[in-house]
Amino acid sequence: MPAINIEDLSEKDKLKMEVEQLRKEVKLERQPVSKCSEEIKNYIEERSGEDPLVKGVPEEKNPFKEKGGCVIA
Amino acid sequence: MDLFLQVMLLRSIKVCQGRAVIWVSLNDQFFAVHQVAERVEALGQFVMKTRRTLKGHGNKVLCMDWCKDKRRIVSSSQDGKVIVWDSFTTNKEHAVTMPCTWVMACAYAPSGCAIACGGLDNKCSVYPLTFDKNENMAAKKKSVAMHTNYLSACSFTNSDMQILTASGDGTCALWDVESGQLLQSFHGHGADVLCLDLAPSETGNTFVSGGCDKKAMVWDMRSGQCIQSFETHDSDINSVRYYPSGDAFASGSDDATCRLYDLRADREVAIYSKESIIFGASSVDFSLSGRLLFAGYNDYTINVWDVLKGSRVSILFGHENRVSTLRVSPDGTAFCSGSWDHTLRIWA
Repeated sequence: MPAINIEDLSEKDKLKMEVEQLRKEVKLERQPVSKCSEEIKNYIEERSGEDPLVKGVPEEKNPFKEKGGCVIA
Repeated sequence: MDLFLQVMLLRSIKVCQGRAVIWVSLNDQFFAVHQVAERVEALGQFVMKTRRTLKGHGNKVLCMDWCKDKRRIVSSSQDGKVIVWDSFTTNKEHAVTMPCTWVMACAYAPSGCAIACGGLDNKCSVYPLTFDKNENMAAKKKSVAMHTNYLSACSFTNSDMQILTASGDGTCALWDVESGQLLQSFHGHGADVLCLDLAPSETGNTFVSGGCDKKAMVWDMRSGQCIQSFETHDSDINSVRYYPSGDAFASGSDDATCRLYDLRADREVAIYSKESIIFGASSVDFSLSGRLLFAGYNDYTINVWDVLKGSRVSILFGHENRVSTLRVSPDGTAFCSGSWDHTLRIWA
């Protein structure tokens, strides 16, 4: 069983956890947002042509198209 | 230094560091994703409609997951029922009744041969799926995870052997299915953890979790350490989902917004909101390419957002109560939503 239940921790303990975590994060190396956004945009543009929900799927190929009626001859 | 002051100081250093990079380059602006996407072609009109309605739950649907075969779905509800459906035919293939109500979490195993679920019983249990009509599914139940409060989310890792869980006890945990052993626990949230999502397998062993402390946290599965944390939402984070490349993730919150966080920039890079949207977002997922973000809300609607431009491209009506869960199918051809109106809908 995991060692703690958050309800048992005091506010002071929670703040100590947060301070420790923030100390670690302050040292992270960060990349500029402009560069990361460009990468997101490029990733999407390369792939959105093949995205079925973006470009739509022709009725014949759509496994969820309206069910046709059945005729028993 | 006083503990409270330390927290405030470190938080502001973190925010400034995030911003310092922006001021260095004049091209950087706060919501850079939208700026960068100005010349991207706008999306055309969307015609998405309900293609199937799955009826059979006797109470609120709380969670659902797709099978890797892109057609089967597992769903769980407040009345304790867990059902496996064939979404093409709408037939129910399996059903089991849990000994507790509010089954808030369910997941399909990667092999398609088992499901996991749990909720107010504080456990996550695994049920092997069998097509033998004589076998009682409940008899083969295996209790894997034990928390000290409700189970809010669960997910198999990339095999049937390990399960990741999130709980109202403020922790996440990684378990070995066979032995039930706790492999790793993740402490750091200051309140209930409500959701989690595993990074796409190419990006390595991390996962993201969101909680009632308004934080989203990214964890290293092997060490149990929190690598990064984000606190920009104004209320509980109900849903987190990795962006397809694994370099970012989206969140949906009770503050009625969805947000996109870039892991390499270590900051929020987009907000998806409108003044007219005042109810919480309960569940989010991306389309295959990441161009669209689907979000289910407590006002019964589903909003479809253009991830790049930040605008809403479509609003989908149909559910008659809160949308509680939403997942895009593994091949991206459709998505499924579950609601407090007792039904699930497949949209395409």
